[in-house]
Amino acid sequence: MDWGSIFSNAMASALGPDAIVYALAAIGLNVHFGYTGLLNFGQAGFMAVAAYGLAASVATWGLPFWVGIAIGFGAALLLALLLGVPTLRLRADYLAIATIASAEILRLVFGSVTLSDWFGGSNGRQQFANTFYDMNPYSSRLDFGLFSFSANDAWVFTVGWFLVALSCLAVWSLMRSPWGRVLKSIREDEDAVRSLGKNVFSYKMQALILGGMFGALAGFMLAIKQQSVIPTDYATDITFFAYTALLLGGAGRVLGPVIGAIIFWFLMTFLGGFFSSAASIDLIPDVVMSDIQASLVRFILVGAGLMALMIFRPQGIFGDRREIAIDGR
Amino acid sequence: MDVETSAKGREALASVPNTPGAPKPDPIVVGDGITRTFGGLTAVDVEHIEIQRGVITALIGPNGAGKTTLFNLLTGFDKPDAGDWSFNGNRLAGLPAFKVARLGMVRTFQLTKVLSKLTVIENMRLGATGQRGEHFWLSMLPPLWRAQEQANTERADDLLRRFKLDAKREDFAGSLSGGQRKLLEMARALMVDPELIMLDEPMAGVNPALKQSLLGHVKSLREEGRTVLFVEHDMDMVRDISDWVIVMAQGKIVAEGRPEQIMADPAVIDAYLGAHHDADLSELDEARIEAEATAELDQEAKND
Amino acid sequence: MLGAILLGAGGAYGTSPAALPSESSDNSITVVLIDTRGTEAGESGKPVPDVDIEVSDDSGTVGEGTTDEEGRASIPIPGLGSYTVTVDEDTLPEDTQLSGEGGNERTVNVVISGDMRVQFPIADERAAGAGFVSKLMTGAVSGVKFGLIIGLAALGLSMVFGTTGLTNFSHGELITFGGLVVYGFNRGLGLPVVLAGILTVIVSAGFGWVQERGLWRPLRRRGTGLVAMMIVSIGFALFLRNVYQYVFGGNTKSLSQYVSQQRVSLGPISLAPKEMAIMAIAFVAIALVCAALMTTRLGKATRAVADNPALASSSGLRVDGVIGSVWIVGTALTGLAGVLLAVDQQVEFQMGFKMLLLVFASVTLGGLGTVWGALIGSMVVGIMVEVSPVLGVPAELKYTPALLVLILILLVRPQGILGRRERIG
Repeated sequence: MDWGSIFSNAMASALGPDAIVYALAAIGLNVHFGYTGLLNFGQAGFMAVAAYGLAASVATWGLPFWVGIAIGFGAALLLALLLGVPTLRLRADYLAIATIASAEILRLVFGSVTLSDWFGGSNGRQQFANTFYDMNPYSSRLDFGLFSFSANDAWVFTVGWFLVALSCLAVWSLMRSPWGRVLKSIREDEDAVRSLGKNVFSYKMQALILGGMFGALAGFMLAIKQQSVIPTDYATDITFFAYTALLLGGAGRVLGPVIGAIIFWFLMTFLGGFFSSAASIDLIPDVVMSDIQASLVRFILVGAGLMALMIFRPQGIFGDRREIAIDGR
Repeated sequence: MDVETSAKGREALASVPNTPGAPKPDPIVVGDGITRTFGGLTAVDVEHIEIQRGVITALIGPNGAGKTTLFNLLTGFDKPDAGDWSFNGNRLAGLPAFKVARLGMVRTFQLTKVLSKLTVIENMRLGATGQRGEHFWLSMLPPLWRAQEQANTERADDLLRRFKLDAKREDFAGSLSGGQRKLLEMARALMVDPELIMLDEPMAGVNPALKQSLLGHVKSLREEGRTVLFVEHDMDMVRDISDWVIVMAQGKIVAEGRPEQIMADPAVIDAYLGAHHDADLSELDEARIEAEATAELDQEAKND
Repeated sequence: MLGAILLGAGGAYGTSPAALPSESSDNSITVVLIDTRGTEAGESGKPVPDVDIEVSDDSGTVGEGTTDEEGRASIPIPGLGSYTVTVDEDTLPEDTQLSGEGGNERTVNVVISGDMRVQFPIADERAAGAGFVSKLMTGAVSGVKFGLIIGLAALGLSMVFGTTGLTNFSHGELITFGGLVVYGFNRGLGLPVVLAGILTVIVSAGFGWVQERGLWRPLRRRGTGLVAMMIVSIGFALFLRNVYQYVFGGNTKSLSQYVSQQRVSLGPISLAPKEMAIMAIAFVAIALVCAALMTTRLGKATRAVADNPALASSSGLRVDGVIGSVWIVGTALTGLAGVLLAVDQQVEFQMGFKMLLLVFASVTLGGLGTVWGALIGSMVVGIMVEVSPVLGVPAELKYTPALLVLILILLVRPQGILGRRERIG
């Protein structure tokens, strides 16, 4: 078994575009869930409207790249407003169901044959980020010794981590302000906040929009890194994986989602590489695990891991139990 | 001057008749025809209610009489089927809870709602109104709100000292005892600087040692010129500190009056006191003496 | 509904957005078109030749082919990655039509080297030429059938929610459990479908009990919050779904009996006998459970716990015992939904997951935690799903009106059709 390449692939994935996308999505969920207690299960929807807003603007309607970005943000804002108005006044589980349902509606609509002139059906849209890659200052591979990125990946890597850093800075400065204090108080008990004269609905909406904007950034990065949007990339599972990353790193902590995304992708790629090479060199007999099955083990472990995390370490692997964001409610 | 308001309020009450829904000389809250039903059950059916400004009014009644529901309705936490009510002349019907609070009518809860994962001082700071730092865009520019935050913190520290919570300043509110939570909730409500403070069972779950100091704190609210309306089961407290008592049963107001009159009213005793009949009557004189003593003390305070 | 199935493996489970590195080897995508309409499963169907197939990736067409006498077209691909397989519908025989989500396109994520098989379901030219009213009637009856199947699952979800407050995101996997277990009994052990179905309901009941004892009760004992439990249920769903795929594979498979039945005309509508049986079984099961809830001691205890667990507990009810029974009955009902779905359609590892949101929609529509509400909601959702294509909603979007109504109902009447307003404070 080639431990070296399994490890270096895992490192590349943990620091590469995959982790960046998940870190941004999880930062959004951290604002929603970690700080405000809003159970948004439709982050995939925010990512999808932004990504498709960009892709369709450029690839279908021939608009400039930056206009596409603006349209993507606008679409995420609109989605937050449309979702928030009916559900933010309701209990947590209603918001969860409504958001997951709307993400699913969006995925079906983007993949629909009827609208394939706009969104390309299950083929999606491609080649809309040339403007982005034209700005690439790297002309050759970026080598980190253990692993290396192609010039394009290196550009995504650079811009992506810059955006992650900027997002963390924004979250950090917001959450130490009185505005952040109101959000955290709403997470604890929204009636108490209401009784002190704060417009809870408005704050929840602001939080939903802010987190949705980080989701939009994640959608952009996912679309740009592969120069392609296809509906299956925005399935519900991506939201749940982002939750897993968030809980891994610790909800309600500024760097939690980032650390979580890095660990998540390291483990995903490491386990994927380990089991597929174990199955292919017949370390594990074929009867027990075929090659396809080997690719599934990591997903089984994600499920089990998410359960274990929530039950045994809800504060995340580095978190402080007293500051845990999820309460026994 | 504040003490004057409260003394005036109490004098004014002397002329108010002991009839349910009696008009008050200077009401801060006036309500009409407020009804709320849950399924087939009528929880609240209040024809007319007035709360006198500057005094402590107790709202008592057996379990399920609709006291907490009335609290919820008045403060916008629940919507009535019908009814109209006002605070300082502002109509409140249909107003969301946060706007009611901003007008100066702030409540606490039967099951205390402290924000457990925030420190005591952060709980207090949250109470301050008109914070610039609570606006999304301004919050990212600390220089714009730091001075205000500092002022709010000083005010919060004063209140914490007054409520003897200053030692707990940096502790998580979740680590406080039941009584300390009640105190924190009351102190936090004062950060809003309300004219009317509504306490829902301030004595519930408070250990006896802390009760006396809690009573003192409630009375001190009156001395500041605030109006207090509270729901309570603890008859000692009702007798000790209230200037006026409103009795509810099955959603309706069945009696009103000064505490010593209410305690002696056979209708009230039948409707409400029930099993505790004897105990309460035997302590009646004591109550009267205490009420007089309180009045004297207030008089002294006024002369100071 | 499906008059025909296609041989061949599906693509790998495409959840990971990470494109894996390409390797060059002899990779190809093979499409096999076999029309099995009118044949029992097990018999081989009729190959469909002379159909043009195109495989493309992000950069354009990769290869083209035409199905041969065996209905087979093999198209080489340059490497691993994501491909789109398109069937040229104009070259299909006159009476043949592709059905299923996605129409004539499939996205295939090729993650391992070798030959990748792709399936395209072929269905009867559906209600071609039939009048609008007839289509509407057929849609409505299908809707009632689908609604009853959803209703079984919704009843299970609603009972558990009512007594424990758990919004169970792994409920879809409990439907799939029924489908996979009935397949195992039927195809693995060779039992007739009816017997396999009965055994499956019993096994599902046991699965419910094991879950309650092994997972949910210990969590309640620990005082785990509802939101935390909801997230645990998501982890459980991911876990189960991938275990299912691990064991069962990604293919869609059929039971050995009742796969394709001639429809019997009943006035303006036509129904296969199995569809009538499915409706009857679901209706009887629902009626029995509702009657039991209304009349038996356990039923009354269940409603008492749902109303007020603390009060029920203080008045001497064994709340844990009641909740245990609710899990057993609820999971058995949900397993039955899976069995009926397997008989009605086919079996695959995501069959329940795909229905989860419709079940949620039904339960929310009727009012979370109310039994009658769940049933009414299910009928509304079932009919909406089956009738909306008749009214002009594109077939691939037929789930969306029900999901939109779910969101709209939250705006207008969050407590659902039959739910009560909650008391605050």
